[in-house]
Amino acid sequence: MTYKKPIPVPQGESDFYWEKAKAGELWLRYCNSCAQSYFYPTDICRNKDCSNPRDTDWIKVSGKATLFTFGIVHRAPHPGFVDDVPYVTAIVELEEGPKMPTNIVIDNPSSDNLKIGMPLEVVFEDITEKIALPKFKPA
Amino acid sequence: MTDLRKTVAIVGVDESDEIGKIPGKSNLQHHAEAAHNALADAGMTMKDVNGLFTAGTSTLNLAEYLGIEPSFTDTTAVGGSSFVIHIAHAMAAINAGYCDVALVTHGEAGRSRRTRPGPDPADPGPQYEIPYGLMGPPINYAMAARRYMHMYGEDKARQGMAEVAVATRKWAQMNPKAYMKDDMSFDDYHNSRWISEPFHLLDCCLVTDAGGAYVITSAERAKDAKKKPVWVLGAAESHDHNIISQMPDLTRSVAKNTGPAALKMAGLTHDDMDLAMIYDSFTYTVLATLESLGFCGPGEAPDFVANQRTAPGGDFAMNTSGGGLSYTHSGMYGMFLILEAVRQLRGECGERQIDNPKLCLVNGTGGQLSSTGTTVLAVD
Repeated sequence: MTYKKPIPVPQGESDFYWEKAKAGELWLRYCNSCAQSYFYPTDICRNKDCSNPRDTDWIKVSGKATLFTFGIVHRAPHPGFVDDVPYVTAIVELEEGPKMPTNIVIDNPSSDNLKIGMPLEVVFEDITEKIALPKFKPA
Repeated sequence: MTDLRKTVAIVGVDESDEIGKIPGKSNLQHHAEAAHNALADAGMTMKDVNGLFTAGTSTLNLAEYLGIEPSFTDTTAVGGSSFVIHIAHAMAAINAGYCDVALVTHGEAGRSRRTRPGPDPADPGPQYEIPYGLMGPPINYAMAARRYMHMYGEDKARQGMAEVAVATRKWAQMNPKAYMKDDMSFDDYHNSRWISEPFHLLDCCLVTDAGGAYVITSAERAKDAKKKPVWVLGAAESHDHNIISQMPDLTRSVAKNTGPAALKMAGLTHDDMDLAMIYDSFTYTVLATLESLGFCGPGEAPDFVANQRTAPGGDFAMNTSGGGLSYTHSGMYGMFLILEAVRQLRGECGERQIDNPKLCLVNGTGGQLSSTGTTVLAVD
């Protein structure tokens, strides 16, 4: 079956992120000067107060997170999502601090089984030969 | 900052010839009809225009279609707030002498054509959102609203959202140009279908075909206008993110900066305002914006709008056109905030006219709660 949803198009500075996701690992960009990881990955630190914005590395993170906020989508925004509704969009707060957008993998989503603050862990959904999407499920 | 109060005035406003569901008209045709209508309202013609402003299409495309060669051109496009932000840009350009008659136009066949380009999955930020179906305002704003509910209480937030939807519909029922005029009860609101939880259908703005335009000019030229000038007393703009997951605080827009800045420039306070036009892409947008602007504190907007306070007859006149929720929303509603503000200040609103208003605060919000433009408008 053909995958009908939009597929990320990795760029130079995100190639590594998507390669590692395909290998089942979640890596973020880390600023040595700020001593803080950040999302989304850019070679240059985006904190305007940073004293050395080019001193950045990749860092592997735990994949543990909590639910920061969510929505339950009933009307698909794109033909590729028609078979998925209702599906859960979310922003999760990673154990290391940064927040990232994702989906929550859960059956029969509702405000009864989704609670802001609930613990989550990363799972990877293979969508193409090169791309796996990091998603989260209740821990 | 130089004192620019009352150096420019809005002297003409109008919609395109027909708004609502108008198959067969292009975006640009809506722009052009509205432009000519607004110029006629000002007692001017296209020949007078030397500053051109728009968003959604390039002024390059627009000027060709209108047949003009502007000496000042500005395609600042930061979402639906852009047309409010254009006021500040026109004020700066007119005062600097780049132009003296600025035309600002909007047109979008949002209902009939639905041809908006989506975000690009190759972009640095959107590549992490679009593949997950975090696409479009109803989904993105819903996640912000959910966070607000978590912080301040779901029942209280829900009641505030319902109050806004119901009050706004009552205004629309007095606007002949409004698209949705059926009675709306609180039950209708709560029973309307889910679009993206926590948003019901009746939390969401319309999608219509419409254009709008206004003419803004120097104090000197405003003296010759057909109708009384609507002065610009204050204007401010900002943005702090593009994609929703980068928003620093999902419950506070940059209206927290632009509201106080515009009022400070005007030398006025919230209590001085006779009415307010608050971009209502969603009911939640209104709650978050009232708090961000400083009309009330964080978490207090549901109480602020309680008991139909913003409805006809209430003591806080807001979105008297019927808003994006019930009057029209072609894709970028900021233009229509200004049309209604000017008409109210001129006393042209018929059945829905409020009693002799002198001062109106207008706040446009654009993108994914990303940008705001606030302006204070006044009549003598």
